[in-house]
Amino acid sequence: MRVFVPISVGGWDRLFSRWDILAVLLILGLLVFLGEASRHLFEPLADLQRTPPSLDPANLPEYAARTTLRMLVAMALSLLFTFTYATLAAKNLRAERILVPLLDILQSVPILGFISVTVVFFMALAPGRVLGAEFAAIFAIFTSQAWNMAFSFYQSLRTVPTELVEASRNFRLSPWMSFWRVDVPFAMPQLIWNMMMSMSGSWFFVVASEAISVGNTTVTLPGVGSYIALAIEQQNLKAVGWAIGTMLVVILIYDQILFRPLVAWADRFRYEQEPGIVAPRSWVLDILRRSRIVDRVTRPFALLWRRLLLPRHPDNVEAVRRAPRTRPGWIAFQLGLIVFALSAFALWQALRFFTEGVTFADVGTVLLLGLATLIRVIVLIALATVVWVPIGVWVGTRPYAAIVVQPIAQFLAAFPANVLFPIVVSAIVVWQLNPNIWLSPLMILGTQWYILFNVIAGASAIPAELRAVGASFHVRGWLWWRRIALPAVLPYYVTGAITASGGSWNASIVAEVASWGNKHLEAAGLGAYIAQQTDAGDFHRIVLGIAVMSLYVVVINRVFWRPLYHYAERKFRLG
Amino acid sequence: MNAPLLDIHGLRHTFPKADGGDLLVLDGIELQVAQGQIVGLLGRTGSGKSTLLRLIAGLAQPSDGSVTYLGQPVLGPAPGIAMVFQGFALFPWLTVLENVQLGLEALGMPDPEIRKRALAAIDLIGLDGYESAYPRELSGGMRQRVGFARALVVHPNILLMDEPFSALDVLTAETLRTDFLDLWGDGKLPIKGVILVTHNIEEAVLMCDRILLFSNNPGRIIREIGVDLAQPRNRLDTRFRDLVEKIYVAMTARTAAAQAGLERQITINTVLPRVSANLFSGLIETLAAEPYRGKADLPVLADELHMEADELFPVAEAMQMFHFAEVEGGDIKLTETGKQFAELGMDDRKKLFQKQLLAYIPLATHIRRVLQERANHVAPKSRFLDELEDHMSTEDAEHTLRAVTAWGRFAEVFAYDDDTGMFSLENPS
Repeated sequence: MRVFVPISVGGWDRLFSRWDILAVLLILGLLVFLGEASRHLFEPLADLQRTPPSLDPANLPEYAARTTLRMLVAMALSLLFTFTYATLAAKNLRAERILVPLLDILQSVPILGFISVTVVFFMALAPGRVLGAEFAAIFAIFTSQAWNMAFSFYQSLRTVPTELVEASRNFRLSPWMSFWRVDVPFAMPQLIWNMMMSMSGSWFFVVASEAISVGNTTVTLPGVGSYIALAIEQQNLKAVGWAIGTMLVVILIYDQILFRPLVAWADRFRYEQEPGIVAPRSWVLDILRRSRIVDRVTRPFALLWRRLLLPRHPDNVEAVRRAPRTRPGWIAFQLGLIVFALSAFALWQALRFFTEGVTFADVGTVLLLGLATLIRVIVLIALATVVWVPIGVWVGTRPYAAIVVQPIAQFLAAFPANVLFPIVVSAIVVWQLNPNIWLSPLMILGTQWYILFNVIAGASAIPAELRAVGASFHVRGWLWWRRIALPAVLPYYVTGAITASGGSWNASIVAEVASWGNKHLEAAGLGAYIAQQTDAGDFHRIVLGIAVMSLYVVVINRVFWRPLYHYAERKFRLG
Repeated sequence: MNAPLLDIHGLRHTFPKADGGDLLVLDGIELQVAQGQIVGLLGRTGSGKSTLLRLIAGLAQPSDGSVTYLGQPVLGPAPGIAMVFQGFALFPWLTVLENVQLGLEALGMPDPEIRKRALAAIDLIGLDGYESAYPRELSGGMRQRVGFARALVVHPNILLMDEPFSALDVLTAETLRTDFLDLWGDGKLPIKGVILVTHNIEEAVLMCDRILLFSNNPGRIIREIGVDLAQPRNRLDTRFRDLVEKIYVAMTARTAAAQAGLERQITINTVLPRVSANLFSGLIETLAAEPYRGKADLPVLADELHMEADELFPVAEAMQMFHFAEVEGGDIKLTETGKQFAELGMDDRKKLFQKQLLAYIPLATHIRRVLQERANHVAPKSRFLDELEDHMSTEDAEHTLRAVTAWGRFAEVFAYDDDTGMFSLENPS
């Protein structure tokens, strides 16, 4: 057998390869970034007030680093949440019954609602320190990332092929080992895709989560989001431009050094082995893989990781594992009782909370405002559909166009609506337009792209044979759209539209209230209501607004999107 | 005398049904496997043989009866019982070497030992040079070799094989079978007994020392056939052919016995095979023409049509149900109606098919009657599905309804709209 020399001995003629140098630079850069960005965490809050954020572009690199670090920490927490919550939901039948609907509802709660309600709690965790405000901001970003990741992981765990599960049981992998060797790898490609979506989505809420203002509590954390907020307040168009530029650069950087390598690396976990798909590549991954130093530094960790996966007691090898546990009925009964008691308690608390500060008239008003926002969402989704479906089909049927357009659409999805406030607000004021109508487009600004890139994906998946049939029978014009293109992209369109609709509800809190300096515009709607109540610090009405919005979203998902999705999947899914 | 390698006694297994009842899939299974034997479990799809294999592997627990391995009851995945899967079940994110090592890592062995044994198994099974390849880079045959290496590396006493060659093309499958038999014959495999699940009669005769024939619904062992031919066996050898013929007869005898009481026994609740009307027509034409002239030997026919016994039997069974053919002693023979069918044109065939369908398939008659009785002449699919599920598994009910729907459509007895899930009497105009 080969003997391992404890240093690398190949290629002795060169002390370091260029891969080594690049790798060291990459890693050093990462360390500096982490240190720089986390330096301020333990400073007292007062310091923050003393050095208020400034619009000097020279601050932007630091702000960008801090914002990105928040997003990355939130991402780490989201992963932790995903691995625990989704795993419990997928592996335990009883837990599944509660956890899945719960996740469905959590997903429908407006993200900014989470900030309004929890900021006081988090500030209290580290009184007087920046850390508390950081917690609040990170939690807000976490809520914009975690749910779809958990859903994707849960669905992957539910669809691990039976034979793989049987093989891992037959070879007697421990549950811990089969989680890391079977479940996680199987779910990886889908999970990484959702992480990218989450990262894009969370930019949208960065502004709100860094410039926290709930009633009397106002905290401004240094970051790109608060920079944008300040620029809007001071009507500084140049600063808005700088901020957009910074965002672009940051998105580009983490796409190149984080997500590209991840996607390229996760390619091996694809279970379907369809031919003809070009494996994604990443220059960063190539550098890391080719560098001997990285290999040497990571090897001990890899070994340690392998050790962790192994069974603790090698001597229990001969023990026959117990049959799948059957829980005695009375334990189930007790569990049910506990859940019932908790629900009853929650209901009582909620009722008490509402009766204290909310009247029936309030509820009526909020429901009506919700209707206004609902109409906006419906109209906007319809408009986006009319615009983006034809364009998406056009792009998707031309592979070269798709390669160019896909990444652009994904960048645009990350674009926060707030940075467009100056233009929109000025236009509305100058031409004296009706804010009820003209503020609305901001709601769909970030979310329409989901429709576009799902339709592109659908159109590029139309088999060449089907298109050839269309061509040979001279199926053209409207007939081609009606019989070939639209049915083929419908399942994809529905997926995109569900995301877009949910996102628009979320965005309404930002989009129905816009300001540019001292000019404030409002549209009548549930989003504006929540934003106002947040400003006023009226917790009863904040919770009422959030509850009603969740109700709308859940009801619409259940009575409209879900049936449509199943119909499209059953009837139009190809292959 | 040692305890037998494996001892199954009074085994019964049921699956829960949608309506809360139980569906019996295996009944009264008695099986002993001694050291040095290859035992074949041969039966049609749905005879529960794969389920039995999973019960032996400890992947599930029998509803009743016992599985004893070397004197110990099997209560979960047991050490010393390894399995080779029909779809290979390789982990696509692990290399060949890592796939093979996995079972040893789970045993908590020291790394050098794991590596040594894994490389030895890879060497034995002819995978040298492929250690660092990923499964997706390999052909089907090579992938199944990894499957074998992975099972053998843990030095199991019993090797379970679940139709391991059925996902491979004919030539590759044959190579793998012979390679396996060579290694087994030379005593190079670290295993003491093999249980092979298959629906391929020739494969069973080629590889096994004992063959157990399974019946359908529920799965019972209806016959045991010993194979005392010396290895390597020759498929063209007369004794080999005789044995294949004998098994065909035994398996069709079962069908024929069922057939004897069939006229009375086919009811609304009989599970129907899903055989398309096109396949009917094709087979009837083939049988009516030269060289068969209305009568064929089933093994010969299967060979000629490149069909496995497993595929041919349902067609034969359906043809019996429609009284187009009779099956007897391993032969299939067209009835007068069948011969008449062969000579008709498309439209007349439909009429004859319709006549037979309404005369002999009570479920079709039942659906038509329900539709006629209803004022608007429509009825939802769920109405019939619920009715069927009282007597069979959800899956069988779904298949049976699909089979009768396809026949009903061909015969223009009733129509079905999948969008609305409604049966109706009207054909779209």
